[in-house]
Amino acid sequence: MYKIMRKERLGPVVTLMDIEAPAIAAKAEPGQFIILRVDAEGERIPLTIADYDRSRGTVTIIFQIVGATTESLNRLEEGEYIQDFVGPLGRPTETEGLKKVAVVGGGVGCAIAYPVAKKLHELGCTVHSVVGFRSKDIVILEKEFEAVSDVVKKMSDDGTWGSKGLVTDALRELLESGEKYDEVITIGPLIMMKFVARLTKEFGVKTVVSMNPIMIDGTGMCGGCRLTVGGETKFACVDGPDFDGHLVDFDEAMKRGTMYREFERHAHSELCNLMNKEVR
Amino acid sequence: MADLTIPRQPMPSQEADVRNSNFSEVALGYTEEMALAEAQRCLGCKHKPCSGGCPVQIDIPEFIGKICEKDYEGAYQVISRDSSLPAVCGRVCPQETQCEAKCVRGVKSEPVAIGRLERFVADWHLAHAHDKVARPASNGRRVAVIGSGPAGLTCAGDLAKKGYEVTIFEALHLAGGVLVYGIPEFRLPKAIVQKEVDGLKALGVKVETNMVVGRVFSVDELMEQGYEAVFIGSGAGLPSFMKIPGENLNGVYSANEFLTRINLMKAYREGSATPVQHAEKVAVVGGGNVAMDAARCAKRLGAKEVYIVYRRSEEELPARREEVEHAKEEGIIFRLLNNPVEILGDEELHVKGMRCIRMELGEPDASGRRRPVPVEGSEFTLDVDCVIMAIGTSPNPLIRSTTSGLETQKWGGIITDENGKTSREGVYAGGDAVTGAATVILAMGAGKTAAASIHEYLSNK
Repeated sequence: MYKIMRKERLGPVVTLMDIEAPAIAAKAEPGQFIILRVDAEGERIPLTIADYDRSRGTVTIIFQIVGATTESLNRLEEGEYIQDFVGPLGRPTETEGLKKVAVVGGGVGCAIAYPVAKKLHELGCTVHSVVGFRSKDIVILEKEFEAVSDVVKKMSDDGTWGSKGLVTDALRELLESGEKYDEVITIGPLIMMKFVARLTKEFGVKTVVSMNPIMIDGTGMCGGCRLTVGGETKFACVDGPDFDGHLVDFDEAMKRGTMYREFERHAHSELCNLMNKEVR
Repeated sequence: MADLTIPRQPMPSQEADVRNSNFSEVALGYTEEMALAEAQRCLGCKHKPCSGGCPVQIDIPEFIGKICEKDYEGAYQVISRDSSLPAVCGRVCPQETQCEAKCVRGVKSEPVAIGRLERFVADWHLAHAHDKVARPASNGRRVAVIGSGPAGLTCAGDLAKKGYEVTIFEALHLAGGVLVYGIPEFRLPKAIVQKEVDGLKALGVKVETNMVVGRVFSVDELMEQGYEAVFIGSGAGLPSFMKIPGENLNGVYSANEFLTRINLMKAYREGSATPVQHAEKVAVVGGGNVAMDAARCAKRLGAKEVYIVYRRSEEELPARREEVEHAKEEGIIFRLLNNPVEILGDEELHVKGMRCIRMELGEPDASGRRRPVPVEGSEFTLDVDCVIMAIGTSPNPLIRSTTSGLETQKWGGIITDENGKTSREGVYAGGDAVTGAATVILAMGAGKTAAASIHEYLSNK
């Protein structure tokens, strides 16, 4: 059992938790993920590590409430326990030798983009952050990004925060203005990463994307997280989750992500009904 | 004296058309009368050919002799000397190619049903023996075991009995390895695996779940933490695919994924939090036990048609004979000498069919089996909405890539000598991580051998 040391609501549907897991905190690096089960009957879900505190022995996760499992997780409070918490899984994001990087985050993906930006900043790398949200009320980590970035471009779909537009609009501006990056690192919805990769290909900038496919064991045993990269099948859990964005087959990945959508929708509404009954 | 007039006692089982829609155990086990009758068939051969066929050399005539005396606990103790998982092996061992293949009764009639008797004895013990296991006095020396499958459990059990303080590190949330994620409930009830694991805990073995060695700790770090020896029993690893078009369509599973969803994550139960596709028509590619398990699970989830698609002929099917027979009885359709060439998808990128080509057997290949060759122009489409690939695995790179000085084969398997010793001092390995995908009993045998080597190594250290 793993204790919830801190819980913070970052927005209406986004929550942060610090989980007590000293062995994982001691090893965790940006880009890696954990797998958790909320309770003994729960499914295993992967979540990328948002931060870690080696001295306190905690690992921070930030999740968006999208289905039954994240809903159940969000119902737990500080001092309560999560059944299973395993990691750190996957390969860390490669940061060595980078001098100037654009970090592009979208939505809750910013929770994963942030530790990467922070690490790059700590290594003395110039960091340009491009962060985008649907609207102002779901913005997270604004101050944190400002603290670790040399330039921050803020974008929102509806114009209620920063500039109106997509992260690709801001990134295009930066690239067209002559900014030269060793690498673009992008984390967010698949559709966003697909278009970021398409844009950077035009400019010939190496681009790393962080994939978050359906996964069960997370150790290379099930192969459920496979995706096509440069015509080859790769397992996100052991070969990734970071891949060359110019080689990933995003359309296939998007389809694979919808495999259980009907089931998830049903499970979520069941849980909501159950909660309503409890409330009444 | 053996009674030569008694026929081999059949195993009572659930009816095929009942069991193919539930996940309860298929084989129900001998009654005491059946076990006594079957035990009388044993000749009690002095040279014990059956024991020679057993990878862990159980004294088979001796334990069957105890059954004849109705000393079932005594029989269990005989088996326990050599096997730490009798209730498991009695259910899943390929006896027909091991002990029973060597049985003298098999020459003129049918061999003694050794596996069924082993199961009877183990189940009797689980139901009747309540004596607390005496926990051996600790010798204060710590050994780490990576993986809680049959190799790891056996190695841990043998070392604990000798007084070592053993900790098992398991990557998943539940101990048992392939016994819990792979082999289905209807072939090996999970309650039995749990009892075996509980038995080890009673011996003082600690089980740390959610520990992915190679990520959270490396083998070197375990040794720095004071473990004087490490046994690696991390299992078969990553599922293989055929590298044919369409394998990443929705509706294509590796057998590992399909079985893990159903067995470990209980997707077969109403209300499970883990989804699995309930397909209409399923093709399972492969001919081993894993393929049979996947096919029979698919049938139980309600599929109308389930095919086994295998490129060789019936004779070469690597699965246990009993599994093949059970699968056939349950209505699984065998498409032998057929090989997939492409998986077809609809506009939603979901499986809608599988192109196959017929094969014929040519000259023997390196494995000594006749090589299947495609029959030109014989392609056809199998109408399916789900494909499960059960064509083997390749070793997980996690441990070999994080352990300095650990030598591995080109294909990734860990290299050991015949005693389970690796190229790293104090590091031993066994089971599928060394041999590639094999059987539960071979993994157990390897765990046992390694435990003996570790004991010898630490005794001389």
